[in-house]
Amino acid sequence: MDFNGPNDVVAALRSADYLADERIGQVVFLANRLDKPVLVEGPAGVGKTELAKAMAAVTGRALIRLQCYEGLDEAKALYEWNYKKQLLRIQADVDHDWDSISHDIFSEEFLLTRPLLEAIRSTEPVVLLIDEVDRVEVETEALLLEILSDFQVSIPELGTMTANTQPLVFLTSNNTRELSEALKRRCLFLHIDYPDAAREQEILNARVPGLSEHLAAQVAKVARSIRSLDLKKAPSISETIDWARTLIALSVEEVDEAVLGDTLHVLLKYQADIEKAAKELTSSPRV
Amino acid sequence: MLGVITGFVDELRASGVPVSMVEAIDAMRAVETIDIGQRVALRETLRATLVKNLRHERAFDTAFDVYFSTVPFPSDPDDRFESPSGGDPGESSGTQAGGGDGERDQQAIFDALLAALAGMDGEALRRSVREAVDRLAGMEPGRPVGGTYYLYRTLRRLDMARLEAELLEALAGDEELTELENRLLREEVQALIEQLRQEIQDEIRRRLVADRGREAVAKTLRRPLIEDIDLMHATTNDLADMEAAIGPLTRKLAARLARRRKRRAGRLDFRRTVRKSLATGGVPADPQFRHPRPHRPEVWLLCDISGSMATFSRFTLQFTHAMATHFSKLRSFAFVDTIDEVTDFFGPGIDFGSAVSRITTEAEVVWLDGHSDYGNSLETFYARYGSQLTPRTTVIITGDARNNYRPARDSVLGDVAKASRALVWLNPEPMAYWDTGDSAMSSYGRHCTSVHEVRTLRQLEDFVETLTLPVGRLPQKA
Repeated sequence: MDFNGPNDVVAALRSADYLADERIGQVVFLANRLDKPVLVEGPAGVGKTELAKAMAAVTGRALIRLQCYEGLDEAKALYEWNYKKQLLRIQADVDHDWDSISHDIFSEEFLLTRPLLEAIRSTEPVVLLIDEVDRVEVETEALLLEILSDFQVSIPELGTMTANTQPLVFLTSNNTRELSEALKRRCLFLHIDYPDAAREQEILNARVPGLSEHLAAQVAKVARSIRSLDLKKAPSISETIDWARTLIALSVEEVDEAVLGDTLHVLLKYQADIEKAAKELTSSPRV
Repeated sequence: MLGVITGFVDELRASGVPVSMVEAIDAMRAVETIDIGQRVALRETLRATLVKNLRHERAFDTAFDVYFSTVPFPSDPDDRFESPSGGDPGESSGTQAGGGDGERDQQAIFDALLAALAGMDGEALRRSVREAVDRLAGMEPGRPVGGTYYLYRTLRRLDMARLEAELLEALAGDEELTELENRLLREEVQALIEQLRQEIQDEIRRRLVADRGREAVAKTLRRPLIEDIDLMHATTNDLADMEAAIGPLTRKLAARLARRRKRRAGRLDFRRTVRKSLATGGVPADPQFRHPRPHRPEVWLLCDISGSMATFSRFTLQFTHAMATHFSKLRSFAFVDTIDEVTDFFGPGIDFGSAVSRITTEAEVVWLDGHSDYGNSLETFYARYGSQLTPRTTVIITGDARNNYRPARDSVLGDVAKASRALVWLNPEPMAYWDTGDSAMSSYGRHCTSVHEVRTLRQLEDFVETLTLPVGRLPQKA
């Protein structure tokens, strides 16, 4: 699917209930045009992963996801030889000479594809999501470089495999560590921050059915207010959505101090944060 | 356009943002695919291709404003570059008279801004801002200033406090507000005021660029990147920005300290070796070893929190606070002229502000007069805690080593170094100032495993990057 401009992207994403701002629209549009991966960075819970999912939904592509973690290696990310099958193959035909067997067992039939290779080999265009890339060690990052710049994977026994179709690649990072320059250079950079009150209100309206305009506005404003405090973990968008749902379940029409005090634990997950927010928001105002 | 973009890339590089050749080419290619009639589109395209680090966005925004504020875009409102004609015709005829009407003029601008802000009408706001800058900033062509002066001048003459108060009133309506609503409303107003400030600043910048040219303005506006700001003179805002950068850094330090040279393995595992030897007919061909125990680094941080180090110590405490989440075995100590342990103030879940206030009120760091006394602090430290140092402990001391001409008593530091795995000193002063005046850096330094100048975040990064600790000091019998 080709987009004509950033506004196209924003409109398409909106149809998947993902409300993108100008910046997101522009970068995704560029990624699509230039066939470059996008490195999405930002605090937890602002919709980084959601963006990739929404793009998959919008373009009708399959989403291939590689969840990164400490200790991720080639065998889990790229490919692995199915050695059990190889052993069987060798045992199954003892009559053949070694040359033909060794040639045979390093063929595609015995290759176990892992997410990255799968994305490369897919005949249909896909969306490849490499989630929380900051969790892998710096050394492992190098695995990604070839695929990100040339969309190809080199397998010593088979040669180089080039992508059949151009995948749309998203990498997400919570910025817990600095990614290497080499990786960043290959990507477009997109920083998503908490939305402003107006956009958050829109998101709430789109995501939470049955939420009144008035309540959505209040929820968005309270969320902004809480985020301005110095907290261990500021409430994410998903948490404000949860909070809005909670308010509906409790059939609250109006957020007041009592309601806020009772439901703060939906927004905040640390006791110290809850106490702080309760103190700031529900006691006498600062002048 | 090509010329402007290369100039823009140069400016980014000049302000310290690392833009590689590839990225510059990417930016050019990207610009070809977009509708460059759109200001936002161009900005976001350049941002996505040229800036790969959140910390550099501020520099990018400033540079973009300067380089493209005078380039007309079809997407801009038509009257962006017209000089305002002087408000409503009816009004301007009155202002021609001069002197006495200045008041009334100011009032008109004030009202227009208030209405635009209250109605959240961006278009009207921009128009009023242009007029405000026109009338109130008193800009003089050719003066080599960065615009801050004009900004404050405009803001002062606008009477922002009154504007804020009236805006609050206008938005509040007649109803009685609860405290929560009150708070939310105040924040709303603050956001609007901030928007106004931004608009005024943009407008002033635009005029400066038109007057003096891009390069000249860019040069006056260039500010050091957050990683290059001198820690001794950082502002509170800078420190807040740095805090975000410290997190990833401490994680890296944690990884560095935990790393030890790869040894083959642990001790011989006799049982498994014999078991394995059965496969080779009882010949222990493949000796098995125990897994080496993972290395748990113990870090002790000693921070000078005396007055002369105020800004830096706030930074080191931030650093300590961030470290505390990564090392279970972190112990921290604060000293001025004597030392006290402050580990407990940094427990998990305790926020930084309250930790600092507890340290300043509860920790006993002052002994005589509250001037730095490294000698006494270190001696007290060694006497009180020295017996708990182990060959796994890394001791990090942060301070300027300015001893107020008191005896250095540095031999005790040698004892500390002997009892620990490594002793590292981080000094926030430029290396050229070490050993001048009352600085006793070299007497202390000679006992340390290494001494580093850490004036900026970048240097701290370098320190973490290159940190290699002696492995020879691991537990071994003499």
